[in-house]
Amino acid sequence: MCGIAGVIHKGSSANIGQQMTSMLHALNHRGPDSAGFALYGSTGQSKHIIRFKVAEREELETGFDIHRKIEERKAGVELRLQELGADVESMEKATEYAYRCVFDHYGDMRKLADYIEDIKGVEILSLGSSLELIKDLGSAQEVASEYSLGSFQGTHAIGHTRMATESDVDIRSAHPYWAYPYNDIAVVHNGQLTNYWSSRRALEHKGHRFKSDCDSELIAVYIAAKLEQGISLKDAMHGSVGELDGVFTYLVATHDSLGMAKDTMAAKPVVLYESDDFIAMASEEVAIRSIFPHEIDTTDPIEGEVRVWHN
Amino acid sequence: MAQLKQPSDKMGMHTEQLAGRTQQIFFSSSEEENFTYPTSYEVDFDQQAEFDAANMDISAINIKLRDLMQKGYGTITVKNPGAKHSLGVGILNRLNLIFEGSLGYFGCGLIDGPNVHIKGRVGWSCAENMMSGTIVVEKNAGSTFGAALRGGDLVCKGDVGSRTGINQKGGTIIVGGDVGMNTGFMMQRGRMILLGNAGPNLGDSMYDGLIFIAGEIHSLGIDAIEGELTDIDKQWLTHKLSIYGMKMPHGIDSFTKVVSGKQLWNYDNLEPAEKKLVL
Repeated sequence: MCGIAGVIHKGSSANIGQQMTSMLHALNHRGPDSAGFALYGSTGQSKHIIRFKVAEREELETGFDIHRKIEERKAGVELRLQELGADVESMEKATEYAYRCVFDHYGDMRKLADYIEDIKGVEILSLGSSLELIKDLGSAQEVASEYSLGSFQGTHAIGHTRMATESDVDIRSAHPYWAYPYNDIAVVHNGQLTNYWSSRRALEHKGHRFKSDCDSELIAVYIAAKLEQGISLKDAMHGSVGELDGVFTYLVATHDSLGMAKDTMAAKPVVLYESDDFIAMASEEVAIRSIFPHEIDTTDPIEGEVRVWHN
Repeated sequence: MAQLKQPSDKMGMHTEQLAGRTQQIFFSSSEEENFTYPTSYEVDFDQQAEFDAANMDISAINIKLRDLMQKGYGTITVKNPGAKHSLGVGILNRLNLIFEGSLGYFGCGLIDGPNVHIKGRVGWSCAENMMSGTIVVEKNAGSTFGAALRGGDLVCKGDVGSRTGINQKGGTIIVGGDVGMNTGFMMQRGRMILLGNAGPNLGDSMYDGLIFIAGEIHSLGIDAIEGELTDIDKQWLTHKLSIYGMKMPHGIDSFTKVVSGKQLWNYDNLEPAEKKLVL
C-alpha cells in the first residue's frame, strides 16, 4: 500500500510545495518508508535544472571517508558539466548528499545525463526545464522540511508516500521516478506490476535503461518510450492499461500535463476533485481535504480510466 | 449490557428465501443469546446532540458518538467529518445519525440498527457487513459499497465505484447513478436496485439474490442471466424507491431483472463422496 497524490493549476501557479506536503502528510499512514515530490516550477524553457545525489543517506553514518567522496563526486559533476559546455548558473546544496543545479545547455541532454551518471556514486534524480524531483527517506513533512519545499511555486505536482513491498527502502527505490533520460517526465504509482521483468527486458532491448529494481520505474520508462515515438501522452497511457499487467493506479506528469490511469480491475483507489481552474487527486479523499477544508464534490474514476489535464 | 428488543424477523433480517443447499442454516430468532450485544444503548430520538469533528481524530469521534449514545442521545449530528475513515462504525442500536459532510473509507461498517444520513460522499467499503438500519448517501460512493451487506437499506443517490455489493448476503442496495465493474460479484442474498448503467460483469458468479437495473448493462458476469420482471417485483420496486424519494428514469417497465443462472459447480447437489461415484 502506497499513497499517491497530484495537483494541477490551469493557467496559473501556486504554492505547490506546500499543497503537496499537506496532501502527502495526510497519506502518511499509507507508506512511512519514504516520500517524494515531482514539482513543476515556472522557470521557463531556457534554463535546465538538474537534481542529483552523490550518496545514500545511510552512507553518511557507515561510509568510509564519505564526506571527502561527496565533495569529490560533486566536483566531478561540475567538471563534466563544464566539459560539455554547460553554463552553470547556480549549484545549491539541498542536503549533505543532494544538490540542485541550474544551467544553460544546448547540446545532447542524453549524453549529458549519461556522462554525469558515469561518475561512481552519482545519481540524477531529475533533469528538465521545469521538473524538480525530490525524494528521500522519512515522512513527507520531514523531506519537505529538509529540502525547503514549503514555498515552492509551480503549476503542477505529483507525490508519493511509499510502503516498500517489492524492493529496498532507499532513495533509489523511492518515488517519483524520472523517466531517464527524458526531460520533465515523472511517475508515481500505487500497486504491483506482474509482468515487470518481461516488459523491462523488452524495453532494455530497445536501449532503455533502468536505475532500480522497482516495478514502478517501468511505467516511467514505458511512457517515455512511447512519447519518444511521437505517441501522445493520453494514447501512451491507454496503451499502458492494456500492456502493463497487475493492479495499479498511477499518475504521470510532463512539463505541461498531468495524467491518471487506473487498471482494468479498479483495484487501487484514487479520488478525484475537478474545478474549472484546479484539479486534485489522491489515494484517499482525506488528502484532498487537507488543502480543501470545505465541502467539495469528488468522484472515483472507473476501471481502465485514463485522464489527462493540461495547465 | 443491553439487549435488542425486537426479534430479527420483525427487523427484516429474514425476508429472503434461500435456494442454495449449503446456505439453509438459520439461527432461531427466539434464542435471546443471539441478540445480545455488549455495547448497545437505549436512546431517545428526541434527545438531540451535535458536535464539530473538524479537529478530532477518528477514535475521538467514535468515542464521542458512543458517549452520547450512552447518555441517551438518539439523534446525533456530526459536523465536518472531513472524509475521515472508519467513522460511525460498530453502532449496534437504533439511532438517528447525520453526517454533515463526507466520510472516508470503511464508514458505518459493522452496524446493526441505526438510520444514517450522509450529506456528502463516502469512500471505499461503506456499510461493510451492515446488519440492519438504513444509510442514505447524498453524493457519490467509492468501490465495494455495501460489501457483505447482511440487512437493512443502503442508498447512494450518486455514482458508485466497482464491486458494489460484493458478497452481499441480504438487505437492499439502491444506487441512483451508475455502478462500476463486478457489481453484485458473488452476491448470495438480498436485492439491488440500480437506476443508472452498470459496468462489466454485472452479477458475476452470483449465487442468489436479485438485481434490478434501469440503465444499460455493459455485460453480464458468469452465471448471471436475465429473469422475468413480475408484478410483485414492480410493486416492490415502486414502494422501495418511493421511501427514499428516488425516481425511475424510464418507468417501471424499463427495469431488467438479473438473477443467478445456477449453473456453476456449487449448485451441484451431490456430496463429494457421491461425486466420486458418479465420476
